[in-house]
Amino acid sequence: MATRSSANVKTGNRASPPGRPKGEPRSARHPDKAVSLLVATRKGLWTLQSDSTRRSWKLAGPHFLGHIVHHAVRDPRDGRTLLVAARTGHLGPTIFRSSNQGRSWQEAARPPAFEPGSGRSVDHTFWLTPGHAAEPGVWYAGTSPQGLFRSADGGATWDGVAGFNGHPQRMAWCGGDQDGTPDGAKLHSVLVDPRDPRHLYLAMSSGGVFESTDGGADWRPLNRGVRALFLPDPDPEFGHDPHCLRLHPQAPDRLYQQNHCGIYRLDRPAERWVDIGAAMPKSVGAIGFPLVLHPTDPDTLWVFPMDGTDVWPRVPPRGRPAVYRSVNGGRSWQRHATGLPASQAWWTVKRQAMTADRAKVAGVYFGTTSGEVWGSRDEGRTWKCLARHLPHIYALEAG
Amino acid sequence: MKPAPAVVVRIPGLLRSYTGGVDTVRLAGLPSRATLDDALQELDRRYPGLRFRIVDEQAAVRPHIKLFVDGTLTRDLGAALPPAAELMLVGALSGG
Repeated sequence: MATRSSANVKTGNRASPPGRPKGEPRSARHPDKAVSLLVATRKGLWTLQSDSTRRSWKLAGPHFLGHIVHHAVRDPRDGRTLLVAARTGHLGPTIFRSSNQGRSWQEAARPPAFEPGSGRSVDHTFWLTPGHAAEPGVWYAGTSPQGLFRSADGGATWDGVAGFNGHPQRMAWCGGDQDGTPDGAKLHSVLVDPRDPRHLYLAMSSGGVFESTDGGADWRPLNRGVRALFLPDPDPEFGHDPHCLRLHPQAPDRLYQQNHCGIYRLDRPAERWVDIGAAMPKSVGAIGFPLVLHPTDPDTLWVFPMDGTDVWPRVPPRGRPAVYRSVNGGRSWQRHATGLPASQAWWTVKRQAMTADRAKVAGVYFGTTSGEVWGSRDEGRTWKCLARHLPHIYALEAG
Repeated sequence: MKPAPAVVVRIPGLLRSYTGGVDTVRLAGLPSRATLDDALQELDRRYPGLRFRIVDEQAAVRPHIKLFVDGTLTRDLGAALPPAAELMLVGALSGG
């Protein structure tokens, strides 16, 4: 399924100030290199490619038109392998692979699937994670309902991680498959410690955060200090709803999570999460889906708050979208909305749909439920719309 | 033993990326008491990956897929295929 169309996009720049915005580092004019974004949507996969200044962007696609693409990831170990988690409204879940940056695709010979006789069926693969740098070809996948799968051959064949899928406590951790979030219970945020391929984390909505130190043979909950206001015990061992879990690659003992009940930081070997959402403005709150880390500074992160009041409308508070950034590990937050709609914007950003590039002055990007891609080339201070009129965006990854 | 007459499989548009655009496949050489799943397994041998898109790992037909054998809807993969049966794979109408 090849790319079917390609077009230069006239990027919107409403409210984008001319020249160098106040406070923008001069080096933002000279980023390291072009950026490629993988835009996974409810109706297929697109790519956005920048020039070397990240001012001009070119949209290409679709790949897999009509497929529901929950995640698309480029392998950072070789820079050219792409994996795509896809299904359609009728057809079951599968994985497509490309070893030439998307010029051609092959379907996995054995996609993630539970054991026959287990009574469980994968509805969709929700999350893809490349394995450790020392394990080329290894990938992890998280599914809905919650399951963990591993490939050792670049995504061609997948096997369940028995230490998780068959763990005697799994049902207690996750509840039944009917106990999931509205779009299905999800296993996501599979993280690999860059110092040790056997040290893994994962998160489940719902279920909580879990850790393995033996390559996935055994797991234990890691949720102390995280609220679970929807459970009778507000500080349980498990059962939480982490929306997005991140580990900083250059400081792997530093973890952050955007949770259903706030924003948290954990510095291992500590076991108790610190509530860093408490420093968010009370009028905005600390609810959201995505959380993105700076590529080199473990103290800098971005979140995209949404309205978590009453019936959880999952829109920006008061229809005024804004990114919040912390440069001190969550002790304080700054609102950044320059360039974003000032009012009457009722989209939101899903947990995989916000990302950062690796430029010296990091670019930050998000995709919306209304099919827009927004980008900042100055670490989130100012924003510009890079693409419009795409389908509902599920995931955005910078490569 | 005389081979059973070929089963004729009608392939819907949503699966023709697997069959190279072919809309009708003739499955000759199936066992004389072939089941619906025998036909799907043979289809998957010819077009790898096709069966898993319409039948899950617990051998259940996926929710929005319908299988008609000689015009009769069935979700039983163990159902017998009559000689020279027509098997129609359908993506059910759904959504809005």
